[in-house]
Amino acid sequence: MLNFLKEDKLKKVYLVPTLLLALVFLPAFLFSQSFLEGSKVSGNTQIDAQVYSEDSKLGITDSTLNYKKFGMNGFTNVRYTNGNFSAYMRVEGFLNPMIGYDNRYEGIGVPYWNVNYKIGNLEMTAGHFYEQFGSGLILRGWEEWTLGYDNNIYGFNAKYSPAKGVMIKGLVGVQRYFWEPYTPDSRGIVKGIDGDFYLNDMFKGMNDAKTKITLGGSFVSKYEKVPTMGFTRDSAYTVIIGDDTVNWVKKTTYQYNLPHNVGSWAARMNIANGGFSLYAEYAEKGNDPNATNDYIYLKGQALYSTVSFSKKGFGIFFSTKWINNMSYKSKLTESGNPPMLDINYLPATTKVHQYSFAAMYPYATQPNGEFGLQGEIVYTIPKKSVLGGKYGTTITVNYSLANSIKKEQISPEIPIDSTGTDGYKSKFFSFGDIPFYRDLSVKFEHKFNKTFKAKAVYYNQTYNQHVIEDEIYDKNELVYAHIGVLDLTYKFTHKKSLRVEMQGLWTKEDKGNWAAMTLEYNVAPKWSFAVMDEWNYGNNNKDIRIHYYNIAFGYTEKTNRISIRYGRQREGLLCVGGVCRYVPNSTGLTITLTSSF
Amino acid sequence: MKNLLLVSLLALFVTTGYSQEKKEVGQKLPSVEVKTLDGTAFNTADISNNGKPVIICFWATWCKPCIKEHDAINDVYEDWVEETGVKLYSVSIDNSRSSSRVQPFVNGKGWEFEFLLDVNGDFKRAMGVNVPPHTFILNGNNEIVWQHVGYLDGDEDEYIEIVKKIIKGEDIN
Repeated sequence: MLNFLKEDKLKKVYLVPTLLLALVFLPAFLFSQSFLEGSKVSGNTQIDAQVYSEDSKLGITDSTLNYKKFGMNGFTNVRYTNGNFSAYMRVEGFLNPMIGYDNRYEGIGVPYWNVNYKIGNLEMTAGHFYEQFGSGLILRGWEEWTLGYDNNIYGFNAKYSPAKGVMIKGLVGVQRYFWEPYTPDSRGIVKGIDGDFYLNDMFKGMNDAKTKITLGGSFVSKYEKVPTMGFTRDSAYTVIIGDDTVNWVKKTTYQYNLPHNVGSWAARMNIANGGFSLYAEYAEKGNDPNATNDYIYLKGQALYSTVSFSKKGFGIFFSTKWINNMSYKSKLTESGNPPMLDINYLPATTKVHQYSFAAMYPYATQPNGEFGLQGEIVYTIPKKSVLGGKYGTTITVNYSLANSIKKEQISPEIPIDSTGTDGYKSKFFSFGDIPFYRDLSVKFEHKFNKTFKAKAVYYNQTYNQHVIEDEIYDKNELVYAHIGVLDLTYKFTHKKSLRVEMQGLWTKEDKGNWAAMTLEYNVAPKWSFAVMDEWNYGNNNKDIRIHYYNIAFGYTEKTNRISIRYGRQREGLLCVGGVCRYVPNSTGLTITLTSSF
Repeated sequence: MKNLLLVSLLALFVTTGYSQEKKEVGQKLPSVEVKTLDGTAFNTADISNNGKPVIICFWATWCKPCIKEHDAINDVYEDWVEETGVKLYSVSIDNSRSSSRVQPFVNGKGWEFEFLLDVNGDFKRAMGVNVPPHTFILNGNNEIVWQHVGYLDGDEDEYIEIVKKIIKGEDIN
């Protein structure tokens, strides 16, 4: 037995270099000059490096830094194409991960590579890929470098168009989990199929119709080798012995009934006619007890819709969202931050803000239940009118809201959200009484003349700190903030400009008032210098009225850009697309290098 | 097995990289499916301007410098088109959270470019875009001959200079 094993190992030892040689030389042989002519290589790279210093004001010492005084996150993408064939790979390194990124990212490797070809109406990808069905309610693979978020799927992806106006996609694979290779115990397998039907292309009679209609539908399923897990439930009862009353608590252990397969489906439509556009998608997910919903057997439901109308100089937009128990991951015990193994994507219906104070209290989607609304009007007062001036004035008003959904008990003796039960009942499109988020913003943009332009913005935000930061569903920690921004740009010459940005944030809650100022001097197209300071002047604790100062320098040459920044990074939530990452306080030097080729 | 594949991929890149030194040809656009504002599918290989240069700007509704860039170009775009016949494709990388805001936003702003929606970043990845704004200029043969990242006030003057050089057949480097 032992000998046999050895022999097997020996075989492997020889096999590896042989295969290696074959694979290294195969491309070289294959690519005779004529084939190489069509070859193209492109790619891009980004390296962020930080050197941290101790900062007694922020309580940062070598030991709080774990003696990791240097952090570096970097990636390089390389893309090879030749006619209908392409190959892609991404090298990533986190040595060590910068502050605020999960330590499980530490290391270097190739977490993403694929080969892809197109023949006729079929496109095949093998390896890692990002795919999205509809708006992503039941499936979306995506990556956001600044968040340290990547849920790419490793497997096969096919796209096929059997007829004009019809696009069918199918995929099977497993998702990325830091650097951990797939094993049956580590996570599940994701399968999905999706169809898009462009009616105007499918039916001759509709070819020239002004109204464009697209219908779509998808089905996704995950298989997982489920663990055996149990939970305990207490039941209290009283016994009277003689004159004494004794209270007892009986603990009973139950096993969860965890499904191996969890399916989901979605249907969607898009109708557009000139400046009018309507999109709606409805999705359902099967019984899926998981760590996010505290192991309840309830099904998931989601609706997302947007409607907009616009013509030159005027745009109006309205979107609604209702989600109930829609966390969908390829491992049921996975939860927490950073969010990993998400199969689906639940877009937040709140606006993404551009100014740092407006983004200080950001919203993150609550997958267990949320009602969201957003409305926006963009209007440009025409050029050469009294109010518009020579260049016009743009006014943008946006309001967004996120609330809890209404949850009712499934029976009088079972409290809401009890683990190992159906959890609760909720009527479709119900509106609960816990505000998660409110945001009103009004923005004016005006160009006075060729050299001077200005933007002024006012924001009024309500932020439920308990819900968004601590997952405590009550309304006891609401932050009410007023924010004002003035952003002025003055052009000295065609190439030289100065930008001055002033911001103020006023609140009685959390850390109190803030003021900030940025001065940025730019020499197009290459140089940029900036100094900025964010000052927490209104903090109730006088000792931590901190200045978060920074000086920055940037140099761009075509697609190469290097920027150097020294100063303090303010702690807070950094959010992209409703997914957030906590960034702690830090002080130090940051160098960023980006390049495309 | 994974390592072997990677090694062979690398070999592919290296051999190609070497062969490319011999020929100085701009890259053609990758063929990726994106959408127009009315939800119709559009293949990026079909971006063209009848033999005249094309500018492609990657942007997002949440990107401050991108909006500045678009505003600045919009102010002079009519003159650009009149003088050079250039066409600008504006590719929004807004995801499904904000992609439906794009149409009312660009119309409200009164921008008059060709708009495309790259909702899951497929075109962005294929073009090697790290962060917006990222601007590409294509010559009349639809080959990428110039690109630039970031936006500083006044950068648009350089874009049109490059376009004019391309039309005159001058060296743009």
